[in-house]
Amino acid sequence: MSDDTNVVLDFERKIVEIEDRIKTVTALAKDSDVNIDKELNRLQLKLERQIKLSYANLTPWQRVQIARHPKRPQCLDYVKALIDDFVPLCGDRVFADDPTMVGGIGRYHGISVVVIGQEKGVDLETRVKYNFGMAKPEGYRKAQRLMDLADKFNMPIICFVDTDGAYPGIESEARGQAEAIASSIQKCLTVSVPLISVIIGMGGSGGAIAIATANRILMMENAIYSVISPEGCASILWRSADKAKDAAEALKLTAQDLKHLEVIDEIINEPIGGAHRDTVAAIEKVDEAVYRHLQELLPLSREELKKQRNQKILEMGRRLETESVEG
Amino acid sequence: MNWLSDFVRPKVKKTAQKEIADDLWLKCPNCGKLLFTKELKKTWYVCPECDYHLRLYMDKRLKMLFDNGVYSEVALKLIPDDPLKFKDSKKYTDRLRTYRKTTNRNDAIVVARGNVGGVKCVIAALDFAFMGGSMGMAVGEGVVKASEIAVKNKIPLITVASSGGARMQEGILSLMQMARTASAVNNVKENGLPFISIMADPTTGGVSASFAMLGDIHIAEKGCLIGFAGPRVIEQTIREKLPEGFQRAEYLREHGMVDVVVHRSEMKNTLATILQILTDKRATTFETKGEKNKKSA
Repeated sequence: MSDDTNVVLDFERKIVEIEDRIKTVTALAKDSDVNIDKELNRLQLKLERQIKLSYANLTPWQRVQIARHPKRPQCLDYVKALIDDFVPLCGDRVFADDPTMVGGIGRYHGISVVVIGQEKGVDLETRVKYNFGMAKPEGYRKAQRLMDLADKFNMPIICFVDTDGAYPGIESEARGQAEAIASSIQKCLTVSVPLISVIIGMGGSGGAIAIATANRILMMENAIYSVISPEGCASILWRSADKAKDAAEALKLTAQDLKHLEVIDEIINEPIGGAHRDTVAAIEKVDEAVYRHLQELLPLSREELKKQRNQKILEMGRRLETESVEG
Repeated sequence: MNWLSDFVRPKVKKTAQKEIADDLWLKCPNCGKLLFTKELKKTWYVCPECDYHLRLYMDKRLKMLFDNGVYSEVALKLIPDDPLKFKDSKKYTDRLRTYRKTTNRNDAIVVARGNVGGVKCVIAALDFAFMGGSMGMAVGEGVVKASEIAVKNKIPLITVASSGGARMQEGILSLMQMARTASAVNNVKENGLPFISIMADPTTGGVSASFAMLGDIHIAEKGCLIGFAGPRVIEQTIREKLPEGFQRAEYLREHGMVDVVVHRSEMKNTLATILQILTDKRATTFETKGEKNKKSA
């Protein structure tokens, strides 16, 4: 098995080159008395400049690559760092448990919450276990069951969205993937507790919106959220998966695009160089944003929370329309 | 908004000479038999040879469903085109223009009001002939509008799906229609009104994974394709051939996702009966039966 946790993206190559230089110089200095401080300093500055440069003007396709980076923090990383006393819960009470759909109860800054999200896995073994982050109908039914639990005990729901999409297979169809997703969206709209969804990596179509129909939809700077994968879109509209880059441009799937289209509420900035270069800092930023939004939602009544969510969804895109009509 | 002003008279369409020539004969996609269009019209486009249900044109479907074929189309708010300025091998605006010309419709949805089995109702129907019935902002707006009409007038909502799913050319905004339509039909249901979802060929992707699967009652047309992922995507994922009958209406019924599978000739009557039972809960027939029971007891 190849160790893909050391994946280097094309546009990161220059950064890695400098990092390697630093390593070499440090290693050389160990065996000699030469003072390398000056050289190291120079390299460090160069590194910082290069990171800023490489990440200053990312193309949509580059962001897709970052969003899929294997070292990017995943749902369970956030749960581990942010949720105290986390009790994972299992099963949809109908058919099975879907490990892909992580769910459970715990405390977030002392507040009892329900956490739901997709986990993709970090190596071959866990990726198989989590089905590469693609949930099956039982996963979406588990999500609904947990939302009901949250509703009953009046606990806010926090969703960490990270999936290439819902699993397209025979068993998914047999057990009603479409119905499971539709009902999950409906459940998101009917619960009367604060619901915050964070797109932390891949927001893959129906599989994502099933747990992202929220009071607040937050999105990380380098996450993507799209109706179809760039590859899928390219193979249908361009009749060639090689055109994924063009499709990524056309689909307007970056956080910046979505903020402009008023589909998301806020972009959560990532540490320079992306979440995969500094997991701790990335999680801190998510924490800050989620906590702030939760504080804003907590004073709302149950009725208001549900109403706000439905109105927000129904109004989506409408303002855009009038704008362009006038413009 | 006044419901009177929302009405538009059904347009009288001039049928071009060429169309008639083309449409005189149709080949059944299933058995390959050449069929006389005139005959097909009598059977609502069901092949008399093999019983295959050909895709029904929008106006034919509405005519079939509403009593005496009488209905009035609701004017829909015009949605500005192409929010993403989408371009693949062709500009999205060019594609739209072509479909508008060939279908004579603004987008893939028609909202119409009328009676079905004597019950006043509103129908939102998707038109596969318009970009595969794909759901973008205009289709979403149509379902929202139809739901609003249902709630405002306290009448049942019926949707007819015939769609490949979300419209890729509207990107994330098309995905958002899944949530918008779910919210809209949910409002109908929470107001205690019936929402009947009819599934025609095909009902897949973002349409099946949103409003189409949220009905109080699901009626599917015989043999139609219903599913989340398209058969080709699944075949590519699992790299094997799909079993016979997979994702067909009957398969969905077997797996608990659809209540009734009907032959097209039975669609209208089934819908009418369901609407009558749900809206008129004290029909006279019930009382007479009740009397009978009392006597026998």
